[in-house]
Formats: sequence, C-alpha cells, structure tokens
Amino acid sequence: MSSIPDDLQYTKEHEWVAGIDDGLTLTVGITEYAAEALGDVVFVQVPEIGTTVAAGDAVGEVESTKSVSDIFAPVGGEIVEVNQTVVEDPSLVNSDSYGDGWLFRIRLEGTADDLLSPEEYTALTSGES
Amino acid sequence: MSRPTPLRGVHETLGATLTDFAGWLMPLRYGSESIEHNAVRQAAGLFDLSHMGEIFVTGAQAGEALDHALVGYISAVETGRARYTMIVDAEGHVLDDLIVYRLAPDEFMVVANASNYPRVAAELTDRASSFDATVDDRSEQYALIAVQGPRAQAILGELTDADLDGLKYYAGLPATVAGREALVARTGYTGEDGFELFVAAGDAEPLWAALTKAGEPYGLIPAGLSARDTLRLEAGMPLYGNELSAEHTPFDAGLGRVVRFDKPGDFVGRAALEPLKDVPPARRLVGLIATGRRVPRHGYPVVVAGDGSVVGEVTSGAPSQSLGRPIAMAYVDNGLSTGLAVDIRGSHEAVDVVELPFYRRKK
Repeated sequence: MSSIPDDLQYTKEHEWVAGIDDGLTLTVGITEYAAEALGDVVFVQVPEIGTTVAAGDAVGEVESTKSVSDIFAPVGGEIVEVNQTVVEDPSLVNSDSYGDGWLFRIRLEGTADDLLSPEEYTALTSGES
Repeated sequence: MSRPTPLRGVHETLGATLTDFAGWLMPLRYGSESIEHNAVRQAAGLFDLSHMGEIFVTGAQAGEALDHALVGYISAVETGRARYTMIVDAEGHVLDDLIVYRLAPDEFMVVANASNYPRVAAELTDRASSFDATVDDRSEQYALIAVQGPRAQAILGELTDADLDGLKYYAGLPATVAGREALVARTGYTGEDGFELFVAAGDAEPLWAALTKAGEPYGLIPAGLSARDTLRLEAGMPLYGNELSAEHTPFDAGLGRVVRFDKPGDFVGRAALEPLKDVPPARRLVGLIATGRRVPRHGYPVVVAGDGSVVGEVTSGAPSQSLGRPIAMAYVDNGLSTGLAVDIRGSHEAVDVVELPFYRRKK
C-alpha cells in the first residue's frame, strides 16, 4: 500500500500539491501510488520557468521503462522553480515521491479548485487497485 | 478475465505487479524491473513463461509434416536439438515465430507464443492431415520456467545430475530437476546463457521453490515480463505483435535465413516467398539508439530529421540499462541510415541507426 500523506492535496491525475495553506507558491509532484504504477522512472520533463499555465494543462512528462504519462498543472499560475535534481536523477520520483522527487513550483493565480483531500485521493486509488 | 498460470499463487505471495498479457495474468515485475534486468545480465533471473504454448507433433512422418507446415527444415534437426523457425500463411506472412525441439526421431515439440498457439495448433493440425502425424496441443498440461543469466548453469547444476556442460545452445533433453521430470532446454529470450524447463503444471510450484532456494546464493531473483522485454530488445530478438506480424514476411524482419528453400518438397508459403529472397524489402528492420533521453515507443513514426517526412515506424522501444540510452527497433525505408529522428509525441528526437543486436554477451 503506497502512502498518502495527510498534509497534502491531490489531483485525479495523481499529482500531489503542497503549500496550499502557507501562501501562493505550491510545490507539485506525482504520488507514490502513481510512481509505483509507472515502474522505474527513467526520464522527467519539467516545465520551463516563467511559463504561465492553466489548471489541467499538460506541462511535462514522466517516462518509465514501460510507459509515459503527462504531468498536468494542478492549478493555474506561473512556473517559478523546477527540480533540476530530479531531471538529472529521475529515480527520485520512485525513491522519494513526496520529498526529493518533487517536480516544480507554481505561483498560484486565481484559486485552487478541484483538488482532492487525502481522504478523497485514498478513495480514488483504492477504487483503482 | 485473464487466465492465471500454475504459479499465480507464488506471484501473489511475492507481491508481483500482475498484468494481462495475451489473455494471461502474468507478472510484470516483482519490484524494480531495472534490478530484475540487471540480475539477468550479471547473475540470474527466474521467469514464469507458462503462457507459452506447447504443441506436440508425433508419428512416423512428423518431421515431413513440419517441413510442409513451417518454413524451416525440421526433419533435418537432430534429436535433442532445437530450431528457431516460423509458420507463415500462403502469402508468406508470419503467423508466429516458433522454437521446435526434436525430442525423439518421431516426436517434436513446437513452442508457440501465447497469443497465437490456438491458431498455430489448428494450422498444424490442418497442414499435417495428409501425413502420418498427430498434432496434440498440450499447452494446458505444461508450465514453463526459465532460469536465465551467467549463473544459470551453476544454479541448475545444484538440482540436476543432467550433463549441462554437454547441453549445447538450442538443445533440449529430458532430465530430472529437483526430483521432477522436466524437459531441460538451453534456450531463452534474454541474450544470456540460460535454461527453459518444461514441466507438468502441477510441478511448477515445487520446482520454482527449489530453484529459488538453490539460486539464492547466486543472486537469482524472480523477473517479470517487463525485464524480459527490455532484455530481448537489447538482444535484438523480435517479438510477435511488434517486429513480426501477419503484415510482415520473414525477409522484412531480416530473418530470411530461417526460410529453407533447400529442403525437399513444397511448404506453405514457398510460392509467395521464393520471389522475395533476392529482392531487398521496401523497409528493413533496424536498431535505433536515441541521442537524448526520451524513449521511442511502439508505433511512433521514424522521420527524416529536418523535413519530418515519415520513413518508418518504431516496433519496440525502451530505455536500455546496458547502453544507458533509449533503444528501439524500427522498420525504416531501405537505404536510409543517417539523419533520422523519431517523432516522440510531437518532438523530433535524433536517433542513430545501428546494426542489431544492441547487446551481445561476453562468451
């Protein structure tokens, strides 16, 4: 059973979002559940710093041995930071999904709608497995 | 519903990620597919391949029947040896690629792919009907376990008195392994030395357990279909449904050598294939190595870098552990070997064309 930290929020596309409570800059990654489903991650493409995206835009991709998945922007805003470490070492997505495997930071514009609570995400993933 | 193999309980106990493959519930990986891949290259891996089909052809004319039914010269195979061959339709298109083992002068075992063996069994039955030969699909009765990797012989040697030193590549003989009757074959699909053990379905679990125990000191770990696919891709081995299909002849895939026009008698596909043997196919199967880190995958277009015109299609692709770069096999217009790229979801990523295989084990 993969872990679903209770201090994060989630999307249906298996991203996690941190920092909703402490300001306008949110950190985004993919969940341990998604990382396990993908298998060994071998390539991560992160968005460019400075681009403005809308919630739901495809902003990058995570490629594993067997498959590739888009990363979607969980909220609208400007990309302000990307994790170059995970670009250099994509296995961090598997080994530390909620820590060093984070993907990018986005400065929220507007509101963060449609994010799932840990309970809702738990229900979503238990329904899929 | 996918059909489970006799080893389903073992896979569940091991925590395998199970997946549907050709209608079978198969282990995709047990943990990390990269670790499984490297174990096979450096030590050994244990595979459940019970989804493969075992079709027996027996009788005084079994060899002649197979000469007629397949593209290979099967009656010339010595007892105890095996041949890689194919079954094609009347137009020369590949219905399946096969390994045929000659178990006795009048007994052959045809190993077919999971997705194809019912069709292969039906075709063999039909094509053998005018010969003194009986076709019997025993796939349900057999499990197939493979031990692959440089330490495979040492591991298997712990469990059998069979002369493994004397067992050549592409040979197979009956033996007792961990007290169970098995057909032990020195074949595989990984590019490494290794063995395939054909056993009664009911012997699969105890044999798996014995191999696991004997292999532990040698670094043997269970390996799933994901590792099997990247291993065979590095070894440049075709996969039915990817490199081979009913759209291709053996010549398209660069495997014209398996079509034996020198054998006596007619065979299904001869008339269609004979004119093709000296004509270069419009597209040929090549290896691609990506210069970047994105992976060319099955179905992605191969294009001319710059103008983007489509000149081929990727049949299989994966990141290669052994090369440290993404690799792929692709059908590419004949004569093109430089200046190519693969359209990876809209972006043209440069690739180098190389001869297959990508990986060859050190002898």
